[in-house]
Amino acid sequence: MSPALHEFLSIDLGPILAATFACVSCALLGNFLVLRRVSLMGDAISHAVLPGLVLAFMITGTRDPLPMFIGAAAAGIVTVGLVEAMRRYTRIEPGAAMGVVFSVLFALGVLMLERGAGRQVDLDADCVLNGLLEAMIWFVPDQWSQVLTWDAIASLPRQVWTLAIVAVVVSILVAVFFKELRIVCFDPGLATSLGFPASAVNGVFMVLVACVTVASFEAVGSILVIAMLICPPAAARMLTDRLRSQVLTSVLIAACCAVGGYTLAAFGPGWFGASRSVSASGMIAIVSGVAMASAMLLGPRHGVIARSVRRTRLAITIATEDLLAWVYRMEERARPAQIELAAETIGSSGLTLKLATARATRLGLLISENGNLRLTETGRRNATSLVRTHRLWESYLVERGGYAPDHVHDAAMRLEHAVDPDRHVRLEPPEPSTPLDPHQRPIPPRS
Amino acid sequence: MISGPDNSGTWAAIIDAATFRAGHNTTLVLVGATLLGIAAGLVGVFVMLRRRSLISDAVGHATLPGIATAFIIGNAIGMDGRSMAVLLPGAAIGAATGLLAIQWIVRATRLTEDAAIGAVLSVWFGVGVVLLSVIQTMEAGNQGGLKTFIFGQTAAMSATDARLMGAVAFTSIALVALLFRRLRVVAFDEAYARSLGLRVDLIDAALMALVVIVCAVGLQAVGLLLIVALLIIPAAAARFWTDRLMPLAALSAAAGGVSAFVGSVISASFARVPAGPAIVLVAGAIFLLGMLLAPSRGLVAGIIRQLSVRTRIQADHAMLHLATVGPMPIETALPPGLSGLLARAMLQRRGLVRCDERMVALTDAGLAAARLADRRRRLWRLYLIRHADIAASHVDLTADAVEHVVDPAILARLEAEIAAEDALDPPTQWPGRDP
Amino acid sequence: MANESRSNSPGSLLFDRPEHSADSPLSVHAMTVAYQRKPVLWDVDFDAPAGSMIAIIGPNGAGKSTFIKACLGLVKRASGIVEFWGSPYRDARLRVGYVPQREAVDWDFPVTVMDVVCMGRYGRAGWLRPISRADRQTASECIDRVGLAGFESRQISQLSGGQQQRVFLARALAQEADLYFMDEPFAGVDAATERAIVRLLHDLRARGTTVICVHHDLQTVETYFDHVVLMNMRIVASGTVSAAFTPENLRRTYGGRLTLLAEASEAVARAERGT
Repeated sequence: MSPALHEFLSIDLGPILAATFACVSCALLGNFLVLRRVSLMGDAISHAVLPGLVLAFMITGTRDPLPMFIGAAAAGIVTVGLVEAMRRYTRIEPGAAMGVVFSVLFALGVLMLERGAGRQVDLDADCVLNGLLEAMIWFVPDQWSQVLTWDAIASLPRQVWTLAIVAVVVSILVAVFFKELRIVCFDPGLATSLGFPASAVNGVFMVLVACVTVASFEAVGSILVIAMLICPPAAARMLTDRLRSQVLTSVLIAACCAVGGYTLAAFGPGWFGASRSVSASGMIAIVSGVAMASAMLLGPRHGVIARSVRRTRLAITIATEDLLAWVYRMEERARPAQIELAAETIGSSGLTLKLATARATRLGLLISENGNLRLTETGRRNATSLVRTHRLWESYLVERGGYAPDHVHDAAMRLEHAVDPDRHVRLEPPEPSTPLDPHQRPIPPRS
Repeated sequence: MISGPDNSGTWAAIIDAATFRAGHNTTLVLVGATLLGIAAGLVGVFVMLRRRSLISDAVGHATLPGIATAFIIGNAIGMDGRSMAVLLPGAAIGAATGLLAIQWIVRATRLTEDAAIGAVLSVWFGVGVVLLSVIQTMEAGNQGGLKTFIFGQTAAMSATDARLMGAVAFTSIALVALLFRRLRVVAFDEAYARSLGLRVDLIDAALMALVVIVCAVGLQAVGLLLIVALLIIPAAAARFWTDRLMPLAALSAAAGGVSAFVGSVISASFARVPAGPAIVLVAGAIFLLGMLLAPSRGLVAGIIRQLSVRTRIQADHAMLHLATVGPMPIETALPPGLSGLLARAMLQRRGLVRCDERMVALTDAGLAAARLADRRRRLWRLYLIRHADIAASHVDLTADAVEHVVDPAILARLEAEIAAEDALDPPTQWPGRDP
Repeated sequence: MANESRSNSPGSLLFDRPEHSADSPLSVHAMTVAYQRKPVLWDVDFDAPAGSMIAIIGPNGAGKSTFIKACLGLVKRASGIVEFWGSPYRDARLRVGYVPQREAVDWDFPVTVMDVVCMGRYGRAGWLRPISRADRQTASECIDRVGLAGFESRQISQLSGGQQQRVFLARALAQEADLYFMDEPFAGVDAATERAIVRLLHDLRARGTTVICVHHDLQTVETYFDHVVLMNMRIVASGTVSAAFTPENLRRTYGGRLTLLAEASEAVARAERGT
């Protein structure tokens, strides 16, 4: 048995397990908070349970989980109830109501902690914020093979046990009530009318959030609880469009954050030659933030990068179409289509236009000869249909829309790119009465 | 604690502190904290009206990494890492990055503001916690002073720090006064402000800059976890009492100042009472007072009003029902529930109904009252139909006597109309009360 | 025809009315809804004729949506009785369908068209029981009927406004109800969708289903609906379109709102010329 392994198993494995269970439970519930746009209720509850926790501790004098649970859950219910009552009976803005309730309760909790310190309360503010992740020591296992024996599991630190049970219970509840949670989050009115009373479901759900918050609290601290309620679900939200896959993705992300964050905190400083580890719960929060930021940037459909690529592509497509139509008009008037002139008439940026020219040339629609552009056969066919649509729109706007002939060009420029979302064909207005557009130019026939 | 452990927690200590006789340092801290409370109350009003209350929570939390970084850098370049001059810019920069991150997330992604606030709040704080543990690694024990920023501790403030806090708070009060008119337009009607050609984004940025300044400067007194309370609670408390901006701002500033002053005095006079929670709890008490007692927006008034409207509607309906149908089981006339019970009690107290075990019936007085109620309803309905463009939501058919609201000439016409209708189609015989 | 219009004349006493017939899909009696001090609906009495298409019209803030929500118990009634086929809503829940306003939900929610339409079956499935294969079959038939076949696995934000409204309609169809409440089903949809929705609603009527729609467009009242309820905090008039949709009733409903009034009387004039 290597001493390094023993150290890992007894010092690090317990916290890793505890953090993973806590993160998974929080992330599971966080999905529904994020979707209902009440993420900050998690923030509020995790601050506001403090007085309940301290009160339970002061009354019983022990850190038994059960009274702590009851105290904290009671405080959670009081918070939810107060915020809801203020929303219903006073005209205070909901955000402000939430802020008032949780900050006052939190202040009360902090004060009780400080005042209680004289009566040897071994619960302090630091532990509330950061948790006691590092303090969980697992005495039994010496080797990997012993980890799964009954004796080893039975001697797991109490927090690990509690969190494991909480994680299992939360997973079962979310799986069993998935349908109900989905409809209540999506359409509370319909849910209520179908016999799933939305406010009752939400109330019970918030109590569950309070319980999970409390259970995770002493292990990982309140700040990490908030991070885990929000970051993994928000990251998953950027990656998927199905509720089921969002929930599963968020759980996966949460577990990775817990393991990765703890590893970085415990062993990361060693890689830089420092001797002591840094705060594990803080590091897990950072990792979850990094995960969320990556998802926001790199998400395949909704990520910022994917979106801007799509936007640029669309801009280039539109610029290409505009360019083809412009060359067509220049050829119609028997004037040379000089590249420099294009920028003046087409409202796209210089770079977009350059890219559009390159694209049109690559697709064999345009030929560029010493600064002049010329349509190919395919290019002319495309351009004809574009100009036709444009002039049809102009006629339509003048004849039916009552526009003045000199005001229709810009509107038609936008409309000619409009595509029927169902059939993916260009929208075309009905044929006008004359074959000439309002500027007395011929409308090309359908190709 | 400043006044020493000998008279800690006694009335003498409280009075000493409150009358600025507890020492030069305590006096400076008290004045500084009060100015901070006033500044936070003022800024908070606009933050609340712009519906940004919870952003300030994230701003408060986001100062921690800034403080820790400033401490590390300050120490590295040989300055006192714990002096306000080093930490204040750090806190402001940290808060500003958090704020920008929230705005970016909301603008550039599909995530909503609540998720952005929560994520930034926790991640930035996580960075701060890790940096604190790094500081601990670097020079053991030297970061003890930094922890006070989390919960706030006026006792640890030096005279210089207190002066700085007071000066910055005073400057932000002056800034609010300077920007007051612009802030007012933006807070009440963004679209109108735009139409006036005001740069709403700039004004918003200025407001958020004020939030950052208040958060940064309030750290030492209130702590970064609770500074949000000083921005939210006074404004929310003032909201109960008035609808107009000037009184709202004045009340909020007063509430903020009083909370900060009283909280600091309590903290200075008792052992183990950190200033942050004390200030917040005083503010909370002021809020609670408003919530319970405010005449039109308060919680109690709201509940009473709703119950009494329901009770009156129930009572009215029950009377009319009894008048048309005759005696009936109680639960038919008055559906179970609080308002039903109250309605029954009201009717019985006024001698309008008689109840036995199961049945309820109208008395003579009740029958007369029912006739009166019916006439009032008919008049109202007719009035609303004939003059529909006066918003029906401005009247309460059960409460307002039609005679008080409607012009006598119109009333006479309506009465004539009802009489004519009755002559054409005589009203149904009312079985009335118990024979 | 005239006696079918039961104008809520001031002469009628609150409780002086004929007994509701038990086969009326919806009978509302003396319903009052008040938010705090603000009354929203006063003494509403209404009997929906079975198998008809009923429009609820009235100005903004007249309590039209509140009426629907109060019938379904989504907002608390201060007083009054609402019965569906003579029994309370709790017992008739499966026979009543509800289509909320399109803006009432978050269209960026991570659900597909199929998921949303399946929600129409949740009421039948009840608590804890998952959606069965037969339910999915029904849902996909309903998607077909609204012309969205092939869109089943699309996320709902990728649909146009008209398609989103069709999804809501398909979900309502999946409920297989006998009475539908629809809150502005025609708001913000394209002409093709509007025609499709009307066709579907007329199909429903032909099978004896009752549909109650909050409706905004006075121009189309007489072509789409056969009954109309004019509402402004109270029911001003109700009855067949020909009897109740009169300029006088519209004036009483919309009061001094002149633009609307002009629009309405034009619509009525056109209708009169047409008949």
